[in-house]
Parts: sequence; C-alpha cells; structure tokens
Amino acid sequence: MIRLSTFRGAFLPVGLLIVWEIASRAGLFSAVVLPPPSAVAARWFASLVPALPHDPATQSYTAWLFSGELPHDAVASLSRVIAGFAIGVGLALPIGLLMGTSDRLYGLVNPLLQILRPIPPIAYIPLAIVWFGLGNPPALFLIALGTFFPVLVNTIAGVRQVDSIYVRAARNLGANSWTMFRRVILPAASPFVLAGMRIGIGTAFIVVIVAEMIAVSDGLGYRILEAREYMWSDKIIGGMLTIGVLGLVIDGAMSRLNDHLLRWHRGLER
Amino acid sequence: MTSTATLRRDAPAAASASASAPGAAEIAIDNASKVFGTGEGAVVALEDVSVAIPGGQFVCLLGPSGCGKSTLLNAIAGFSPLTGGAIRMAGRPVTEPGPDRGMVFQEYALFPWMTVEQNIRFGLDIKGLARGEADAIVARIAGTLGLSDFLGRFPKDLSGGMRQRVAIARILALDPPVMLMDEPFGALDALTRRTLQDELLRIWAEYRKTIVFVTHSIEEAIYLADRIVVLTYRPGRMKRDLIVPLSRPRDTASTEFNALKRELAALVMEEQQRYTRAEMTGTAVD
Repeated sequence: MIRLSTFRGAFLPVGLLIVWEIASRAGLFSAVVLPPPSAVAARWFASLVPALPHDPATQSYTAWLFSGELPHDAVASLSRVIAGFAIGVGLALPIGLLMGTSDRLYGLVNPLLQILRPIPPIAYIPLAIVWFGLGNPPALFLIALGTFFPVLVNTIAGVRQVDSIYVRAARNLGANSWTMFRRVILPAASPFVLAGMRIGIGTAFIVVIVAEMIAVSDGLGYRILEAREYMWSDKIIGGMLTIGVLGLVIDGAMSRLNDHLLRWHRGLER
Repeated sequence: MTSTATLRRDAPAAASASASAPGAAEIAIDNASKVFGTGEGAVVALEDVSVAIPGGQFVCLLGPSGCGKSTLLNAIAGFSPLTGGAIRMAGRPVTEPGPDRGMVFQEYALFPWMTVEQNIRFGLDIKGLARGEADAIVARIAGTLGLSDFLGRFPKDLSGGMRQRVAIARILALDPPVMLMDEPFGALDALTRRTLQDELLRIWAEYRKTIVFVTHSIEEAIYLADRIVVLTYRPGRMKRDLIVPLSRPRDTASTEFNALKRELAALVMEEQQRYTRAEMTGTAVD
C-alpha cells in the first residue's frame, strides 16, 4: 500500500503550479512577466518534438527523433560540458598528483595557484574572447577552467593526506615507486579526487550556460538568451527547467559513479 | 620441573635446527642505538641493545610506552635506520624495508580499497607471480586463516580480528623468513585476542618463522614467546633477556605461568613508573 506520506513532497510544487496557473489565467500578471505553466509546458513540448515530418530518404529515424530544437541544444550543451570537463580533468589530475607527491613542486607552484584560484571562471570571459575569438574554443576554455581548479586543489589535498601507514605497509610488501603510486597513492587519494570532480562538473555546468550566452549560437544558455530578445518568457522558463533537469542528471550520474568507485570507503557505510 | 628444564634446553636446539631451513632466518642486533632529533631536544630511544635471535625463535619485546620496543622493530623492518650499531638478517645488513621481513601493524594497515583477496595478493603481484601460482597461494593462506569465505569483502566490512587475520595472511603469502609484529592484537577484545594468539602459535609451529613481537602485555608475552626481552624506559636499554621455561600449550592459570608473570610484572612496573613520572613532569614523548 502506498502511504500518503510518499506524496508529501509533491504537495507544495503541485499546489504552487495550480496557484500560478490560476493567477496567470485570471490576468494577475501579463504573459511576458509570468506565463501560465500550461503555456510553458506547451512551448517546451513543441521544442522537444521534431519540427519537420520524418523523411526516410534524408535522415535516419533516430536522427529525426532528436532533430527538435531542445534535444539539439541539450546535446550541444552536454557535449561542451563533457569536452571541457575532460580537458580540465586531463590537465588538473596529473599536475595535482605531481604537486601532491613533490614538496618542491608544491612549494614552487602553490603560491601561483592560490593567486589564480579565487578568480571566478566567468571573469575570464573577456580574456577568453580576446584569446580565442567566438565559437566553441572560448567556451571550452572557460568550462575547462571551471573544472581545473576544484579538481587540482582536491587532488593535491588527496595525495598529501594519504596515511603514511599505507605507504609503510606497501614498502614492506616490496612495492616500488610506480606500484606505490598506482596501487596505493592513487586509490587512497581517490575520494578527494572524485569530490573535486563532482564540484568541477557542477562548476562546468554553470560556466557552460554563461559561455553559451556569450560565445556561441546554440545550446541551452544561448537559447534562453535568444528567447529573451523576443520576450518569450514561456520559452525562457522551459529552458531554465531543462537546464535544472540536466544538472540533476549530471550530478546524479556523478554521484552514482562515486558510490561505485568508493564502495570500499568507510564514509559510505549505510 | 624436570620437564620444563628439558624444554628449556630444547627450545634453542629446535631453533638452531630450523635456522638452516629456508623458512626462518636469524637476526643479529648489535649495539643498536637510536637518537631522535639533535641538541637539547634529542631523545635517546634505544641505547646499545644487542640481541642475537636464532632462526625460528619467537621473541617478544616487552616494556612500557617509550621503551623503544617499536623503535627497535621499525629498525629491523628497515623503516627507520639506527643512529648507531647494526642489524643483520641472515648475515646481511638491514638497510631498507623488504618483503623478507613481513610486518603486521596494530592498525592493520590493510588497503581499504582492495578486497581481502586483493590485499593478500598484493605482495604476490609485486613479486610477479603467475596468476595460477598466486591463486593457489591465496587459496591456501586464506584457508589457513579461515578467510576463504571473506575473499570478496572489503576491510571496512570486517571486524578487527578478521582484519588482523587478513594482515597476517598478506605477509604470510610471501612466505617471509621473519615476521615482525607491532602490538598486533592490542586493539582486540580479550577473547578474539586469545583466539588469534592461538592461531599465530599454530601458524608459527607450521611455518617456523622467526617472529619478533612487540607487546606491553606481560601475559601475552609469556603466552606466546620462546624468549622475552624487557627494555627500560628511555633510554631503551636491555633490562632482562629470558627464555620462557614453559611447555606449550601454556596454561595462563598455572603456578609456573603466574610466577613468571609476577617476576616480569615487577620488572616492567619499575619502568612503567619511570614512564609515569616522566609523563607527570611533561617530559614523556611517545
């Protein structure tokens, strides 16, 4: 039997939607300021489905299914996040591992890192455009930057906090430096590294929306800014909700990956 | 009393017989000294300790905190070099850690990201053993320590006693001639502790390793060891070096056991009092 309490969390959002719908229809505010949820849903659905009928001669069914504006933008944003995240992690991980292992390198690089780290990635936008022009390159640069610092800082911390007892045990069992690094330091630091990646992908997702508003002409960030030009508030809200759902999916996937990779970790005992 | 006297002579004889066997190696500790720090803050942890341990002997290092017993063990393990004197194993000087001196830590030091099986296999992987060969060793050692049903578990899902079994299995898999144990059962409850002591004795009897075992439990030392070395509190010097004249299995309730316990307790408590005084005056360093 399903209990009433299962639905308790739904009361407030559903109630809010009903009040909003009634208020909008009653003409309490104009459709530009706050369109009714039904209009948002209709607009959202219209952008989700393909604009043209399926033509087997020119495209496959799957391609057609995703030919709507919204799927196209979602894929564009998501692939930017993934590409930028991969670049950011690809740079931060080796540098972080080296800085965590070598005190000399840490002493050399850390002051610079502390100066650069507090600058929000968004503040790099003008410079990114000067350097890379418009299009994907500045967007990827900004996303990679947003990923880079959280992953770097966490990787350094992760390596530096590795309990020396593991290092002693591994040396006692005959481990050379490479085995030590690969099978002891890296896994021991992995909870920190993964925490950094989770923060990093969250930042990447914020940055992609901003970067799309400025540098490119597709993606969810571009689309909601474009909708503003025409005062399509229903489209703006639909786009915002899509961004929210996509963010939730990314974080959920990251969290799943975390739970799997850290299934050995004490902190995850339930 | 005659039977124990016979055993008293038998123990070193058995030990020297196994010294030539590949399973065990002798350890020679000559004038071992260790000073931590320099100048006024220098702490003499060990001073001129000499012990010749024949292959196959079970030696307990006994004393209060700060008597240098762990320092000596770490020096044998090669983790922390001496500042004076030398340690040789099977004639070769000890310079660095190695799998020929398997160490069991009080904190287990299992790799939490590896399963029980991966932990036991770790040293075998490093040795570059063929998969089938390693599989056979893991299965046999896991069987010996009653871990066969736990191979897929992670350490966090095991009790302290089980974790320490894995730690013992991990070094036993490498078949080291020497096992070093740093208060391995110190964190366990009394019953688990006794079970593991019995297991260790059984393994020792079967595999004939040289064992150096650090403890501050007098009863544990008498229960386990062929020989007990009592160290003084700071600087750590040799206070007493005695052979345990009791046959195994040992009865902790027997008159002989308790006579020895009383004798050792008097020795250890002298040092414990020095430690307590140092602690009270704030000069104790762990």
